[in-house]
Formats: sequence, structure tokens, C-alpha cells
Amino acid sequence: MQFPFLSVIVFTPLVAALIILMLPAHRKNLVRSVALAAATFDLILSAWVYLTYLTQGLEGYHFVEQYRWLPALGITLHFGVDGMSTPLILLTGVVMFTGVLISWGEERNGVSAGIQDRPREFFAFLFILASGVFGVFASLDLFMLFFFYEIAVFPMYLLIVIWGWVVTREYAAMKLTLYLFVGSVISLVGALAMVWVAYQNTGVLSFDLLHLEKAGFSPEFQHLWFLPVFLGFAVLGGIWPFHNWSPDGHVAAPTAVSMFHAGVLMKLGAFAALRVGIMLLPEGAKYWSWLILGLATVNVVYGAFIAFVQTDFKYVIGFSSVSHMGLVMMGFATLTREGLLGAGLQMFSHGVMTALFFAVVGMVYDRAHTRHIPDLGGFAKVMPYAAVGFIIGGLVSMGMPGFSGFIAEFPIFMGVWKTQWLIAVIAAVSIVVTASYIMIIVRRVFFGEMPHELEHHHIGDVTPLDKLAIVTLCLLMVGLGLFPGLMAPMVERGVDYILHLLGGA
Amino acid sequence: MPVLFQSILPELLLLILALVLFVFEPFWKGERPRSGWVTFYGLLLIMILSLLFGTPQASQETFGGMIRFDWFAFLFKMLFLFGAALTALFFMDHEVLAKRGEAYLLLLASTLGMCLMASANDLVMLYLAIETTSIPLYVLAGFFLHEERSTEAGFKYLFFGALTSAVMLYGLSLLFGFAGTTSLPALGAMFSSGQLSLGVLLGILALITIGLAFKVSVAPFHFWAPDVYHGAPTAVAGFLSTASKAAGFAVLLRLFLVAFPTAQVPWPLLLAILAALTMTIGNLLALPQTNLKRLLAYSSIAHAGYVLIGVVAATQLGITSVIFYLIAYLLTNLAAFGIVMVLGNVLGSDEVTAYNGLSRRSPWLALAMLVAFLSLAGMPPFGGFVAKVFVFAAGVQAGYTWLVFVGVLNSIVGLYYYLNVMKYVYLYRLPGEDEEKHPIALSRATAIGLGVLILGVVLFGTVFAPWFGLSEQAASVMLLR
Repeated sequence: MQFPFLSVIVFTPLVAALIILMLPAHRKNLVRSVALAAATFDLILSAWVYLTYLTQGLEGYHFVEQYRWLPALGITLHFGVDGMSTPLILLTGVVMFTGVLISWGEERNGVSAGIQDRPREFFAFLFILASGVFGVFASLDLFMLFFFYEIAVFPMYLLIVIWGWVVTREYAAMKLTLYLFVGSVISLVGALAMVWVAYQNTGVLSFDLLHLEKAGFSPEFQHLWFLPVFLGFAVLGGIWPFHNWSPDGHVAAPTAVSMFHAGVLMKLGAFAALRVGIMLLPEGAKYWSWLILGLATVNVVYGAFIAFVQTDFKYVIGFSSVSHMGLVMMGFATLTREGLLGAGLQMFSHGVMTALFFAVVGMVYDRAHTRHIPDLGGFAKVMPYAAVGFIIGGLVSMGMPGFSGFIAEFPIFMGVWKTQWLIAVIAAVSIVVTASYIMIIVRRVFFGEMPHELEHHHIGDVTPLDKLAIVTLCLLMVGLGLFPGLMAPMVERGVDYILHLLGGA
Repeated sequence: MPVLFQSILPELLLLILALVLFVFEPFWKGERPRSGWVTFYGLLLIMILSLLFGTPQASQETFGGMIRFDWFAFLFKMLFLFGAALTALFFMDHEVLAKRGEAYLLLLASTLGMCLMASANDLVMLYLAIETTSIPLYVLAGFFLHEERSTEAGFKYLFFGALTSAVMLYGLSLLFGFAGTTSLPALGAMFSSGQLSLGVLLGILALITIGLAFKVSVAPFHFWAPDVYHGAPTAVAGFLSTASKAAGFAVLLRLFLVAFPTAQVPWPLLLAILAALTMTIGNLLALPQTNLKRLLAYSSIAHAGYVLIGVVAATQLGITSVIFYLIAYLLTNLAAFGIVMVLGNVLGSDEVTAYNGLSRRSPWLALAMLVAFLSLAGMPPFGGFVAKVFVFAAGVQAGYTWLVFVGVLNSIVGLYYYLNVMKYVYLYRLPGEDEEKHPIALSRATAIGLGVLILGVVLFGTVFAPWFGLSEQAASVMLLR
């Protein structure tokens, strides 16, 4: 039997969380070491899965494992990854690893970076969350998908409310949790309806996604249920007008959680909306694609403009996430090869980029104790790594050729152009706006003179662990930008399968 | 062993245990809470003996059709014994309850009544069993004679209990008057063959529903629950909200499924409306509560509503999900009440503000509370999530999609107030921020009890196939007749 890569990847964080909880609370560095070891192990395994999928040129679902869980209802623990989900597994591994590095923490020179208060509980909750995220990306069973999806939602509340930004954490954490829970339970009702209709159609009671794909849902059924199911998940993807939880949540969360949240969790919503909404209900997707396209366009343009007018460093990044996730949704809504390919790449590229952004924002805030952009300046001199990292992230965000953002956004716009050229023109406005707010931030925060108030804080450079995290994330973005072949063919094969479900449209 | 004894083996053993306690307890005065341990180990022994010698082979009637001996009854009896054993552990944590042998005696008497409720096959037996269960619980609710709140709770419970019992008895006697029989299967046969018509019976159905609705605290007959739970000793409130509620549902299932065939009597629609009402009222009224016992009381009302979704479905999956839900809920809610009890004894308050800084004072207790409350909110990987999904699945399957939507929207409200409590536990701090100086010690009895319950909650939420299988086995006897 093959080594069960996916279950090990999924359950490692959970086991690590339990081990961490058993450790004595005052051994903070031991807790951190265990966390880092687990994260490194998971990163290596997910990289292995990714590289195997890549180098062997695989197609369809691989690393498949299936265990009978509740035969009476056709629930199985069914794992498997395809061209769409493999990059996301790698992304989760990367964000988990860098998230732990960033949260390691240090206390000196007035800097209180990372997690000093109850790191044991912090890493335990963070890892439970990570387990849920891996589980959703790997699940091929609808019940288990929901199971892991909810596991990924509730630790968020605790992580934000306990370790978040004092001013808004209670409000933001509850808002976020309720939004996501509303979305997921509405999708759940739709999913249950699908399972029963599939049972009537085929005579087999099963929650297996591969079975449900072939269940032959009637067009009326698909038209009725597509919107609740898709939008229910898309709430977590930050789709307008249900995006409101996201900037508040990003800003209130501690750095590593913002990274997870914007980097991975929003992809979770988009991925589940694709996997359950579009792939199980393709007729519904075709019927409603105009609406999704419209909403996503609002996301893209409106998100960029709102980001532009923010004065809080972290809110800028928060709204830029809304804008960029809109591009993913837009790619989905085109239902074309180009659009879906771009969306798949954008999920990875944006995940890495935004994780880097939030990491840098966290580093700046830990030293300056403010995120008000006019009060910042001159950080490039004291923390060059963070500045260079942010600039690379900014270039990705603008869609500059040579970086991963370009190879992701270009196909999306091609797909949109083919579907509805006017939308492409409107959405392209966002590129200009994005470029301007990124450049304004780079100038105001990293260059210019450091304000006198900040001079007193004796601002020092970032830690070696922080540098490692920044370098890892930057390498991925540049590497992917220079060699799109490292990911694009894999995603394309995943897209082929989706197009096959859509009837070759 | 003859089937006659087998069918009431747990009841007989309970009686023996109660008598042992009754005779020897006066000589144990003094040092340790020995009666508590005797009750706990006695109940465990009864469970083991019943599992060894008292498992039903095929469904059959004994005692002239008074008792039905089947898997449904057996599973519920095991559940009640388990609940009582855990409650006995929690009794030991309270200085008054621990030393008073009659508390354990009343607990056993009530458990005996519940066991009979689960297997009652006749209207007379059913009524007697309900009363046997209720009367000791009235006394337990008002056990602290020196506390105004407790006596008030006992009296209120007694008063409303007696009232609704009378209403139900009236309905049962009318039913006998029309049908000429008190046997549940005979009643069911008469409905199926059309010998009894619907017109008159709708009123009777309403009277009986009122009585049962009171027992399981279904709106609009829920109003007693918050006051009684609030005033009663916390461990008793836990028992009331779990085992007693499960017993009420056992009777409700058997009565409605056996005696009133759905094809002739449209009770599912009636219960669907009650379910929607119960969930909504319970959850909305839980929102403004600041006292944890009252909050849990309203939440337990809401949970009765979720369980009713499965009853309404009245299919194989529906009944299975009800049983699964009741077991998962018993584990979860007993744990929640157990924690509230421990903290109530230490902190001297059940107000949510008293929980400030709990996670620093006792990380393990805080974690247990997190698990229990998330399970109540319906979050994986805990029992509450799986139970809710099964109930909702049954509802969707039976075509009650609107009711399931009411259910999922309600679970969102639920999540809000459960998480709100966790904010006090994990975020807020004591005034001096010196929590480390105020650790919370757990007695051995409660540590065992909470450990078992939390483990059970996690087990139900992850490896759910065996428990689902058991529930299914119990459910199938209700429909195969």
C-alpha cells in the first residue's frame, strides 16, 4: 500500500495541536519548537505531493485514500487531490510554515512581536484550523468537506478574540464567525438536498463527490440550489455584498492569523464554491454565471477603490484581498478554460502574496505601534528585507510580468474578454487603482524620512526567522512568475476536468 | 434467565441498589461521600450486568403487554443508567448533596421510572412510569430547603408538572373511553383499520401532546424550565435537562409511532410547528441571559426543537437521528452542567462575569468548557455537529426543507451566545490580573465524570459509525411492526 500522504498531511496539525496542549504552559520555547517541527514536516510532505504531481505529469485525482466511515449513509473518508487542489495544499503548507515563523516572537527594544501570551493555546488553535483547511482541500466526500470546513471556521473566533487587535477584536471576530457560519449552513442544506436527490436518481446513498457529479440533477433543481450553495461558500471567498466580514477580520486578527485568513481561508471558500457549486451543479452555474460575474466585478473594482482611500495600512491590504479574490470569482464565472486556469493560479499567487503583505504589516506594526500610514516612513533603511519583500508582493499584486500575479491575472482577463468584453474593460480599471495604492504605500511607509516620534522607539531589523519567512514567500512568487510551467500545466489539467463536467463549454 | 426477568432486569437491579443504599446509608455518616461512590459503581455494575444478561433478542411483550422488551427500550435504559451514574459523580462535588443519602435514593428512584418509561407499552404503564420519574425529581429540584430559589424551583416544577400530568391523564382516559383499550399496539391497529376516526381524536392528541411537551420542554410549554434549572441544584438541573428529557422523547416516540400511525393522524405537521417555535423561542431568549444556568436552560429548550425535527421526519433515518442526537446531547449537556456546577461551587456564582480569566486559572477546565459549548453549538469534531447534520438530513429527506432552514438559522443564533460565553472564559481577566494565584482544583469524582463525558463528545463527533449503528438498531424496531 502507498504511504497515506494526504491523511498524514491533514492529521499532523491535529496531532501536533494535542501534543502542544499537553506541554506545560510556561515552556514557551518548547511549544514553539514543536509547532515549528510539525509545520516543517507538513511543508515537506505537501511539497512532496506537489512535486510528485508535477514531475510525473499526473492527471485527475491522485494520492487517493478511501476509508469507510459510516456505510449506512454512504459517508467515507475519501481524500484525493487534482490539478486544482494540489497547489492549494502546497499553499497551506507554506502559509502554515511561515505563519509559525512569524509568530515565534521576541521581546526586546520595545518590540513585542509574535505571540507572547499563552502561545500553547495559540498554536493549538492555529493547528486545528490548519487541519480543517488541509481537510477541505483534500476531501472528496461532501460530508467530510463540511466537517473540515467547520473545523476551519470556529478556531478563527478564538484566535482573533484572544490574540487580536484590542480595539476591534470582539466585534470583528463575532462578525466573521457568524458570516461564515451562515454561509456554510445554508450550503449544507443545499448539499443535503443534493444527496437525497442523487439517491432518488441513482439508488445509491452516497456523499462521495465523484458519485454526486454523475447523479444527473435536473436543470430545475440545479437552478434552484446553485445560488444558495455557491454563495454560501463564496461568503468565505469574500464575494460582494457578503465581503464585509473580511477586512474587519483581517485587521483585527494577529499577524499569523491574518496570513492564514487572507492567504488560505478565503481560498477555502472559493475552492468549495467551485468544488461543490460549479462542479456538482454545472447547469446551475451556466444559468447564474452572469450574476456571479457581476458580483465579482463589483468586488474587483469596488475593493480596489476602497483600498485606495484607506489610511490604515492593514485595511488597505484587507480590501486589496477583497479585490483580488474578486478576480478569482470572476475567473470561475467565465466558465472558460482561460478564466478557470487564471482563477486556479490566482488562488495560489494571491495566497502567497497576501500572506507576505500581512507578515510585513505585522512587522511594521510591532515596531511602530501604529498602522496609520501618514505616521509611518523610512522603514526601508531599518528593515530592508521587509521592504524588498513588500515591493515584490506589490509588483505581484499589480500583475507585473515576471511575477506570479501576471500569469494568474492575464488568463482571467482573457477569459472575461471572451465572455463579456465590457466587464473586462471595467475590471481593468482596478489594475490602475491597485498600482497606485501599492506605490503610495511603498513611498510613504518604506521610503522618505522616518517621523521623529518613531525614532524614539529604537526600531530594529526583523528577526532571522522573519527573514526566512519573507524569502520563502518571495522565492515562490518570483519562481512562479519566471517559470509558469511549474504550475500552469497542472492547473490546466484540473481545469480540463471541470470543463468536461460543464459539457465542454 | 426467563424473559420475564430479562425485560425488567435494570429496574430490578436498580431497586436492589436503592434498597441497599436505604438500609446501609445511615451507618456511613461521617468522612467520605461513600453513598455517592456506591451509587456510581452500583450503576456501572447494573449496566454491565444488563449488557451481559439483559440484552433483547427479538422484540416481545411481557407482563401481559405492559412492558415492551426491545432494543429501543434497552438502549434508552443504558443511556439513563449512564446519565444517572455521571450525575451521582457530580452530586459528590456539592457539600450538602454529597452527604445526604436520600439524594442518591431519589436519583435512583427517578432513574427506575425512566427505565419503565422507555419500555412502557400501555397507557397505564406509561402514566405510572412518568409519575415515578417526576415525583423524585420534584423533590430533588427543591432539595436545598434553606435556599429560597431552590424551594421555589421545586414547587414550581411540582405545580406545573402536576397540572400537565392531569391534562395528559385526561387525554389518556378519553382515548381509553373511545377505544376501549389501553394497549399501544392495539390502539395503532384500530387507527390503521379505521375503527377510530380522526375528528374526535384531534382534541385528545392535543391534550396528550401538551403533557409530553411539558416533559421535554417544548414551546409553548417550556416556561418552567429556566426557573427550575436556575433554582435547582446544578447537578440536578443537568440530570433534568438530559436524562429526563431523553425519557420524555422515548415516550413521545413510542406513543406517536406505535399508537398514532402517521397515515391516519397528521401529528408530524403539528410537531413541526412546535419544533420551529421551540427552536426560535429557546434560542432568542437565550441571547440576553447572563446567568449560565438560565442560558443552558434556554439552550436545552432550543435543543428539544432540533430533536423534534427528527421526530417530525418519522422515517428510519429520522428516528435514528433522534436517538443519536439524544445520546450526543446527554454527553454534551451533562458535561456543560457539570462544569457550571464545579465552577458554581468554587466561584459561588453562575453569572457569566464570574468566569473571567478561567482559561488562566484552569486551562483544562476551560478547554472542557470549550469542547462542551462548541458541541452544543454544533461544531465539529464534536458530537453536536454530527447529530445536527443527521437530524437536518432526516428533515430534508422527509421534505421538511423549510423546517431545516429554520433549524440552521437557529443554530447561527446559538453559535452567537455560546461563543459569547467563551469570550469570558478566554479573553476577559480578573480585576487584579493575578489569575495564577487563584487556581481551581477539581475533585476526583468530577474529574472522572468530566473526562468521560468530554471523551464521549469527541468520540461521537469523530468515530460515529458504531453509535449510529446502535441508534439505527434501536430505531428499526419502532418501524418494523
